[in-house]
Amino acid sequence: MDVLGNYKSVIAARSTDKDILKKSQDGGIITTLFAYALEEGIIDGAIVAGPSAEPWRPEPMVATSKAELLAAAGTRYTISPNLYLIKEATRSYGLDRVGIVGTPCQIQATRKAQLYPIGMRDVDDKIALALGIFCMENLSYQALEAIVEDHCNQKMESVKKMDIGKGKFTVYTERGAVSQMPLKLIHKYVQPGCHVCLDYVANLADISSGSVGSPDGWSTVFVRSMKGNAVWDGAIAAGCFETKPIDQVKPGLDLVAKLATEKITKNQKHVDERKTVGLKADGTPKGLRNPYESP
Amino acid sequence: MVEKPAAEKPAVKPSDVIVKEKVEVVQKEEKPVAEKITIGELHLSGCTGCLVTIADNYEGLFKLLDNYADLVYALTLVDVRHVPEMDVCLVEGSCCLDDELSIEELKEARAKSKVLVAYGGCAAYGNITRFCRGGQWNQPGQEAFVPISEIVDVDLYIPSCPPCPQEVRNVAVMAYLLLRGNEEQKKLATAYLTPLMQLAQRGNEACGCDLMYDVINQGLCMGCGTCAGTCPVRAVTMEYGKPNVNRDQCIKCGACYAQCPRSWFNFDVMNNYEGIMDAIKGAMQ
Ligand SMILES: Cc1cc2nc3c(=O)[nH]c(=O)nc-3n(C[C@H](O)[C@H](O)[C@H](O)COP(=O)(O)OP(=O)(O)OC[C@H]3O[C@@H](n4cnc5c(N)ncnc54)[C@H](O)[C@@H]3O)c2cc1C
Ligand code: SF4
Ligand code: SF4
Ligand code: SF4
Repeated sequence: MDVLGNYKSVIAARSTDKDILKKSQDGGIITTLFAYALEEGIIDGAIVAGPSAEPWRPEPMVATSKAELLAAAGTRYTISPNLYLIKEATRSYGLDRVGIVGTPCQIQATRKAQLYPIGMRDVDDKIALALGIFCMENLSYQALEAIVEDHCNQKMESVKKMDIGKGKFTVYTERGAVSQMPLKLIHKYVQPGCHVCLDYVANLADISSGSVGSPDGWSTVFVRSMKGNAVWDGAIAAGCFETKPIDQVKPGLDLVAKLATEKITKNQKHVDERKTVGLKADGTPKGLRNPYESP
Repeated sequence: MVEKPAAEKPAVKPSDVIVKEKVEVVQKEEKPVAEKITIGELHLSGCTGCLVTIADNYEGLFKLLDNYADLVYALTLVDVRHVPEMDVCLVEGSCCLDDELSIEELKEARAKSKVLVAYGGCAAYGNITRFCRGGQWNQPGQEAFVPISEIVDVDLYIPSCPPCPQEVRNVAVMAYLLLRGNEEQKKLATAYLTPLMQLAQRGNEACGCDLMYDVINQGLCMGCGTCAGTCPVRAVTMEYGKPNVNRDQCIKCGACYAQCPRSWFNFDVMNNYEGIMDAIKGAMQ
């Protein structure tokens, strides 16, 4: 099993745009790529996790300017149902070339919408750039609130940045306080749907990126599809990124592969356990529904 | 039968991709394609939206008809009175039990077609005709309407109201590959069509509630928002990352559940999304 999916190249990279780096989660890969693609007319707009009325609750948004992209930069560790806008972007917003960012499951949803456009009229050929972000698990908003307010003892509205790394969930406040909790305590809050997830690094994205594998402030980038390759080459030629070969950074690709293997092995086991969770009258096991076998 | 040129533009996986996982690749056709398949549309109790959807492929429809399929039966489009033999029959609309002719034609279509498709929400799940209780103009006596699988065996479902032009196109291309293609193409077409055939086995009741019963209650929802983005009547909204269904607004079309990546997700097909999309695009050029 190849846990990292198909890719043409993998590099460590960081945006050269200082404004973006100030707001982005890691190397600003996603915001920079969308800004470049907007500028070049590769996309007319991008579906991103925009702000909402509540602190740290993302609301999917169609960004059509760099300012809007910046307003949506950075990670919110809670669900942003970005696919909600995928048909809307082509209809109400009238975009012919749509960009979308999403967790691996959201990129899977995007590809299903393109290959099996059952209720997705006129969408399939309008997805111009699907950018994936690595993802180990996700949380409901209420779970995130419990983590930040109960465990880390900070108010949601006073938090400047949240980050996961080195086994810890870390909260940085506007006034400079830093609160942490061990990542393993988060497990009970993870939404159930994540336990059957078999993708860590957005294998079906055009380009996917995450912090794991590269030094702080840098990102690991997988360039996967033909489309992704063309956009990446263009962005590099335009000077959007500084890059380093992945085998020259620490901790490097091995860590990405290790975490991906851990996630997928654990979740595959969960998928398998679901098949025999119950008991039939004849003494044989009774299973739950398995989306990887049939609807 | 007229000799037809080979379908152009195969999708071959770009050679510089680092492929570590075996995925199916659509191969170039070896010999010219001699025969088109035959497709018909049987119109039962539907609004003609499904039929119009086929035409919504615009020039793609002409390409389909030029290279891959002859339309042998369809309301207004084809001047044929009686249900003919056909490879693929798309049935639009539910079946009215108070109209003998509907039942007869549906059975005839089943007997005369290789693949019978419940095309659109009404044929598959009843859709809005589920709400009929008789007394409507201009047939007040007609009040019993059932999804077609109550009357005949159905091979494949294409849900939604209306269905999408691109989905019926994909099914037509895949049916062509299944019936006329080489071994490799048959394998791909089978893999592609399998979940739609499984949907037909799953049952003929649909509702936004399926998102609760078969996704959230089963511990499978991850909040992608696809269901809400899909619903043609906007009966689904996302509240704190999970779908919320306005059940009074739901017309029972089945689109949300079928489109949800956690109703089914077949890696064998999805992992080759690039090749398959290129192949379909190539076939349509
Ligand atoms: C739930 C979650 C879990 C993650 N887990 C990991 C992990 O285990 N390892 C790892 O290396 N990386 C993980 N990431 C990715 C990482 O946090 C960064 O998002 C990624 O490195 C991109 O950073 P950037 O600086 O390039 O992007 P930025 O320029 O900061 O842009 C990030 C983009 O992602 C969008 N976004 C933010 N939150 C969400 C969301 N919840 N859902 C969908 N889109 C969103 C934003 O709108 C923005 O467009 C996770 C992200 C999420 C949302
Ligand atoms: S773990 Fe998987 S299912 Fe959960 S949010 Fe991340 S990509 Fe989606
Ligand atoms: S909720 Fe919407 S998409 Fe789902 S079955 Fe009802 S009408 Fe169709
Ligand atoms: S489409 Fe996405 S949000 Fe809707 S039920 Fe399925 S997994 Fe959940």
